[in-house]
Amino acid sequence: MSLNPLAGRVAIVTGGSRGIGGAVSGALANDGAVVAVVGVAPDRERTHELRASLNGAAQRVHFYEADVSDPEQCEAAVRTVIADHGHIDILVNNAGITKDHTVRKMTLDEWRDVLDVNLSGPFFMIRTVLDHMVERNYGRIVNISSVVARTGNFGQANYAAAKSGLLGLTKSVALEMARYNVTVNAVAPGFTRTEMVAAMPQAAIDVALSRTPEQRLGEPQEIARVVRFLVDENSAFITGATYDVNGGMYM
Amino acid sequence: MFEGRVAIVTGGTRGIGGAITETISKAGAHVAAGYSKGKDKAEECVENLRSNGASVSCHQGRVDDFEDCKRVVGEVLDRFGRVDFLVNNAGITVDKTMRKMSPEDWHNVIDVNLSGTFNMTKAVLEHMIERGSGRIVNISSVIGETGNIGQANYAASKAGLFGFTKSLALELANKGITVNIVAPGFIATEMVSSIPETALQKVVDKIPVRRLGAPQEVARIVKFLLEDDSSYITGAIYTVNGGLDM
Repeated sequence: MSLNPLAGRVAIVTGGSRGIGGAVSGALANDGAVVAVVGVAPDRERTHELRASLNGAAQRVHFYEADVSDPEQCEAAVRTVIADHGHIDILVNNAGITKDHTVRKMTLDEWRDVLDVNLSGPFFMIRTVLDHMVERNYGRIVNISSVVARTGNFGQANYAAAKSGLLGLTKSVALEMARYNVTVNAVAPGFTRTEMVAAMPQAAIDVALSRTPEQRLGEPQEIARVVRFLVDENSAFITGATYDVNGGMYM
Repeated sequence: MFEGRVAIVTGGTRGIGGAITETISKAGAHVAAGYSKGKDKAEECVENLRSNGASVSCHQGRVDDFEDCKRVVGEVLDRFGRVDFLVNNAGITVDKTMRKMSPEDWHNVIDVNLSGTFNMTKAVLEHMIERGSGRIVNISSVIGETGNIGQANYAASKAGLFGFTKSLALELANKGITVNIVAPGFIATEMVSSIPETALQKVVDKIPVRRLGAPQEVARIVKFLLEDDSSYITGAIYTVNGGLDM
């Protein structure tokens, strides 16, 4: 096995400066890929910090500013990545936000904002890279969904709808792209030790843990390695699939 | 990666099982490959792998016979001292439409594919629990999800693995043992090449990526699930079917 199995590959990881995305960026860069972290302005500094935590791989990690809920910003970022690095092999749609409220208290903005980033963002990014991937007859797209896409969650109607919607998007694009050696899959993590989860009320975290048979949060690296597995060139026969990593929370 | 580990792969001398045996043994584990018929072929498979430096043994037994399962697991423990991984891959088809399917046709497939998995799992379980660690992977099928004309028995046995796997995963969640399923689509093996040519072409036409899968494409997912770092994955169904079912 080569030391840098992803050498020559270029990956875009949205929201790839921290949390699950940061672990994905690290995993891909460590295996030799060039990683284009796409994020909003505060992620630029976070990407510096991410690079500092990697050794030789740090030089392969770059930051491109874009708000994925804006299709023009997606297009500009993708154009720049291709101009800088020549091509794109891998797209990981990881950027996501929460704006938790029960439905009775949820504002229309809270509904829309979460859908815009978590569901439309992946659509805009996919749409922007697809022609390029079809031309090259190669692509690996992974959408980061969530266990709550399967189970729903109190206070997360917007987030659960977006994450569940991602599964429909995943399967449809997978069907459209199957003949071009472009695979499209989803990874559905359980509750993972990130800032997003840390920001939840302790009571909610306790409930999540009580519903996790393995009685612990997942680590970002545990999610990242499933993503790494799916974006491998040898994963060509896996498409339209949703791979769960949730400590048994949902089966 | 798997140096010092011992795996049992039922039906491990050919087809998907053969590829699993090869992949896991190349990663450093000793693999005890089970087979029920075809001693010569089994030994040939083992010899080929050994000549490339792998550590493999083959063991005759029928997974639908609980005593055989206990015996084989006992042999492996006696000779190799431990079992880290159990891959329940052994499976048969006896395809008939319901109107022509006899109770015997039904039972034979259920007994090997579903009860065989129960038998082997039961035979290794106490050992894994005592050691506080283990990995069990059950090979199901896309057909368990979709059904198929002429395969009510096969589909039922493969779907039955879903309920079995999830229940066991729940029971073992805090015992350091994960239990998962790999569900392949149509893979280029003897089982699939026995399908008549025109029917097989119709199947391939329905697969979005327009080809059969290779046994290695299934084997690498099994290997992934067996790794130490896969401990947060349990009760999961990892499909590999070229887009045939989503």
